Amino acid sequence: MNEHDVHTDPGAITELTDAAAHQRTEVAPDGSAVGYKARRTLRIRVEIQRQIRRRRTQLVLGFLVLLPFILALSFEIGQASPNRRSGGFVDLATASGINFVVLTLFVSGSFLLPMIVALFFGDTIASEASWSSLKYLLAAPVPRHRLLRQKAIASGLLSLFALALLPAVALAVGVVWYGAGEVVSPTGEAAPFADGVLGVALAVCYIAINLFWVAGLALFLSVSTDAPLGAVGGAVLVSILSQILDQIQPLEDLRNYLPTHYAMAWVDLLSTDVDWSEMTRGTFSALVYGGIFTLLAARRFKTKDITS
Amino acid sequence: MSRLSRIRGRWSIPAAVVVLALVAGGVYFTRSSDDPAPVTFREAIIDAPEAPDSTQTVNIETRLYLPQQTPAPAIMLAHGFGGSLRSVHTQAEEFARRGFVVLTWSARGFGRSTGQIALNSIDREVRDAQKLLDFLGTRDEVQKDGAGDPRVGVTGASYGGALSLLLAGVDKRVDTLVPVITYNDLAQALLPNSALATPRTDTTPAATAFSEDGVFKRSWAGIFFSAGLTSIDLSSPTGDAPEIGQTEANQTAVQQPGGNSGAAGQPPTPSLGACGRFTPAVCAAYTEVATTGRASQQTLELLRKSSPVAVTDQIKQPTMLVQGEQDTLFGLDQSDATARQIAAAGGKVKMVWYAGGHDGGNPGTALRGEIADWMAFHLQGKGTDPGTGFEYSVQGAFRSSGAPSLRTVVAPSYPGLSAGSSSERKTLKLSGREQVAVNPAGGNPAAISNLPGLGSALSRSSAISSRLSIDLPGQAAVFTSDALDSQLLLTGSSTVRLRVARGDQSSGEAILFAKLYDVSADGTRVLPGSAVAPFRVALPPDGSAAEVTVTLPPTVRPVESAHKLALVVSTTDQAFANAEQPAAYRISLASDELSVPVVPGRNVTTGFPVSALWGIVIALLVLIAAGIIAMFRRRMAHDSDPELSEVPLVISGLTKSYPGGLTAVKDLSFRVEHGQVLGLLGPNGAGKTTTLRMVMGLIHPSEGHIRVFGHKVTPGAPVLSRIGSFVEGSGFLPHLSGAANLRLYWAATGRPLEEAHVEEALEIAGLGDAVHRRVRTYSQGMRQRLAIAQAMLGLPDLLILDEPTNGLDPPQIHQMREVLRRYAAAGRTVLVSSHLLAEVEQTCSHVVVMHKGQLVAAGEVADIAAGGGEATFRVDSPSKAADVLRGLEGVHDVHEDEGAVHASMNGVPRAAALSALVAAGVAVDQAGPRRRLEDAFLELVGE
Repeated sequence: MNEHDVHTDPGAITELTDAAAHQRTEVAPDGSAVGYKARRTLRIRVEIQRQIRRRRTQLVLGFLVLLPFILALSFEIGQASPNRRSGGFVDLATASGINFVVLTLFVSGSFLLPMIVALFFGDTIASEASWSSLKYLLAAPVPRHRLLRQKAIASGLLSLFALALLPAVALAVGVVWYGAGEVVSPTGEAAPFADGVLGVALAVCYIAINLFWVAGLALFLSVSTDAPLGAVGGAVLVSILSQILDQIQPLEDLRNYLPTHYAMAWVDLLSTDVDWSEMTRGTFSALVYGGIFTLLAARRFKTKDITS
Repeated sequence: MSRLSRIRGRWSIPAAVVVLALVAGGVYFTRSSDDPAPVTFREAIIDAPEAPDSTQTVNIETRLYLPQQTPAPAIMLAHGFGGSLRSVHTQAEEFARRGFVVLTWSARGFGRSTGQIALNSIDREVRDAQKLLDFLGTRDEVQKDGAGDPRVGVTGASYGGALSLLLAGVDKRVDTLVPVITYNDLAQALLPNSALATPRTDTTPAATAFSEDGVFKRSWAGIFFSAGLTSIDLSSPTGDAPEIGQTEANQTAVQQPGGNSGAAGQPPTPSLGACGRFTPAVCAAYTEVATTGRASQQTLELLRKSSPVAVTDQIKQPTMLVQGEQDTLFGLDQSDATARQIAAAGGKVKMVWYAGGHDGGNPGTALRGEIADWMAFHLQGKGTDPGTGFEYSVQGAFRSSGAPSLRTVVAPSYPGLSAGSSSERKTLKLSGREQVAVNPAGGNPAAISNLPGLGSALSRSSAISSRLSIDLPGQAAVFTSDALDSQLLLTGSSTVRLRVARGDQSSGEAILFAKLYDVSADGTRVLPGSAVAPFRVALPPDGSAAEVTVTLPPTVRPVESAHKLALVVSTTDQAFANAEQPAAYRISLASDELSVPVVPGRNVTTGFPVSALWGIVIALLVLIAAGIIAMFRRRMAHDSDPELSEVPLVISGLTKSYPGGLTAVKDLSFRVEHGQVLGLLGPNGAGKTTTLRMVMGLIHPSEGHIRVFGHKVTPGAPVLSRIGSFVEGSGFLPHLSGAANLRLYWAATGRPLEEAHVEEALEIAGLGDAVHRRVRTYSQGMRQRLAIAQAMLGLPDLLILDEPTNGLDPPQIHQMREVLRRYAAAGRTVLVSSHLLAEVEQTCSHVVVMHKGQLVAAGEVADIAAGGGEATFRVDSPSKAADVLRGLEGVHDVHEDEGAVHASMNGVPRAAALSALVAAGVAVDQAGPRRRLEDAFLELVGE
């Protein structure tokens, strides 16, 4: 941190000015410097590089790898009778590797997974704003709609990776610990291992679609505030509020309008004759909420004055 | 555009209110459409003869519920034992809303109806119901099939269900019927015997032995009869059974007014004599059974005559039988028997087993809806054909917030009803040696299997009660199967063949109780349905064994792989009249085969909700359309002026005002020409940074516009790629090194790496090895230098730097000036903002002075500094000096100031003026060019 180390060699100025004198900027018809193409700005690979090296990304992914081990270990410590076949998800968890995956998704479905999606989407723009790097990206220029889109896609890819990582690790842990036996569904049906794997894969797809509303809301909050914590926390808070309201029975079918109402509909996939109705409604609900929030985010970002 | 946004701003709150109102309206509309329509009813007392040829009459209280449109088909809705017409009020309203005329009544001996309970006697209660049919035949509101023949369906639960069967059997005017949780043969329900001397021959899944000489079901019978003695109904289930789609425990069951709390809301009247409201014959029969534990032939006759079995061979009407899987009073075997008898008589039967019953709750909303659908199809001709299939509920293990998970399995028909068909059975091997089971004297203590009549407290939580079962050591023989290697969905009554012989001190017959447990790998036992099969078997006096086939109680139970089935044969059961004499029995398997019924079917799914699918399609289309519209609007936004293509920056009429009245920049216009180093000078808050942010497309101007090389600046305009900028602090990713930050920033612009000149820029920053450290470790000055280097990446044609020397030390400031001057000299243009006059004077060729968002002065630094040939003389007497200067040839525009005089010299050397002043005796303190820039600036700052 010695400031005396920091100095500009006079030769460097000459080099730069020579380079400037020799390089004439070619101009394209749209006024841009030749070599600049809006569609090449902030490519996904670049944005992923910017995000993946962040400690929080690495910590989240590391935690997702660790979680199944923690769960398996807690079952090892806490349970004397393995391979139970009755009871709730928690009781069924040790019936087979797939059941362990189902438990992992079940316990993380209400809070952890929405939080991770909220983190990736809510943090993406707000953190750039808090670092003041957003204005330089926009002045580069990365067109605003493109910046939002590329960041949303990068966040989506990271979220999908996280969503797939958790059950994948859980499956590996579950198969090693509890074997590749029959999966027992919560309605008491048994299905072969291969069907269970397919069911879990579809469940992950559904969860990803269903969390679109969280992604949209977090993105909207992310463009509305310069505080990453506000965006992430706000989205998580709304998710929790929706889950609390979903518990209030007197609301009756008003609860169908809550965005988290169909969050657990993927459980239907574990049955032999899959009931798609709840999942279809859940997909519709997530699309509408997610779409509205995403459009709001795009509109807000387009008209926003960047003052960070 | 700016006007549009202001309009948008002004209208955004009303627009939000309108949108919210529309959403709320939509929600209200979708909900209000299933708001219950009001239903009216009329009460009437109808007289019926007390007995067929009696002149005495009984008064039957009735209610007639009318739908909104009449005439309509009618439904007669009978109540359960101990209830009255009030206990079926809710269901009656539901039917009326579905467009039926509904007739409810209190059976004789119940509610406010007079008369005595004859247990659905054909001559009494059934005659009463026929009188009610006559009554319906006279009503204009009721649709008719012929004169005096109303179109009518009959339904009811338990006692009412039996009445519906009896009425349909004796009266052909009944068009369809739905008996719910009812009995086929009351003698078998209260005195069951599950032992067959021969192997079973029946073909249906839930048939049980129905042998004579049964074991008295003491506790249920007591509860059942006490309802007639005291008007307190403990026998009817109190809540609704769990159903698919429920998310909470079943605590919000419809409480039917008057349902379980005595007649007409009056306090219970326990003192009606020992026989209560029963007829003497019924009373005598019950007393006999309850005291001796055995039924005489006369009693059996009485029970059987008032049971549906007496008339089921007459029932030709389409029948939907609803029976509960949690029912130790009227089990699934009762509906199985009814179904067989009606099918044999040629009637059409649909069978539904639901997750409820006398131990588990009334039919829930969905099942009541299914009953109404059945009535609608068969009476109104509406809806799809409910068919003659078989539905059963399977209760899973998962309990989310208290409600069990259910699925419904559908089979095309109830197996074994049509000739030649037979229920599928699987065989499991049981193992176990001969065991001795002892009956204690007095049959006490006794094993516990179920707790009938605990109603709301326990019976509903069938999951709990099925785990409550207790077998006493020494009183039971246990035979277990091997662990299952795949799941087995047990559906109906299993059969086993046993051998029973007397031990040392036994009597001539044995009363035994057989149960089939589901045993998990960890040994947890569950008794499905809490059900027990009692049987009575005569033992040969010589001590040899009697062989019997025992039909186990029918249940629905998914037995998981790795679970075992355990057959327990015990000598006692709390719910039954046990043998009083002490005895010991030797019990063994006559055959090691346990025959288990299964009914293959498919799970009921509600199918694809088409509206939601359309919703998904529409939502996707809207999103795509929004994207396309936005794309076209962006394409249209491009605007360029070719005449200005060589001018780096033209700002005209630029204004930025914020909501709330703050105007940061007001009507600002200036130009920056090629090769200039232009200083934007002004005190803090003058609007410099706001202006620069507008140039970078970060802030939307309220009015006016900015052109860079002729192209109008909009957010993300391509021309911005020719600008390099550093505005209000650095912006780096703190977790990356300085070098990585610059490389990733350049990568984000998408331009070729060779245009970047990263190395040269990093040299300018001069950070040495620190470029490989994370930025979060940098000092303010290092970040500043790195940010200026970033602005120079790609050697931009216009370099915009906001307060670039802030935080730099003097040698670095000196270098920075050098960089900027030489950069401009190399054919680029530089725009620098500063609040320091000296800074601008030493760095810039041109200057724009701003104050409070407005332009104060603009021009060459030298021009403005030199004041266009004006000179200032600091003198002791300004007025005298002014006179002297006015006297000089060519000097004009002379004016005085405090302690100074200013004049336009117009080519006259300052030295000449000075000597003239000195000659005139004016003391001159100072003489020099007039510093307008400083004056202007000080004037501004001084304010």
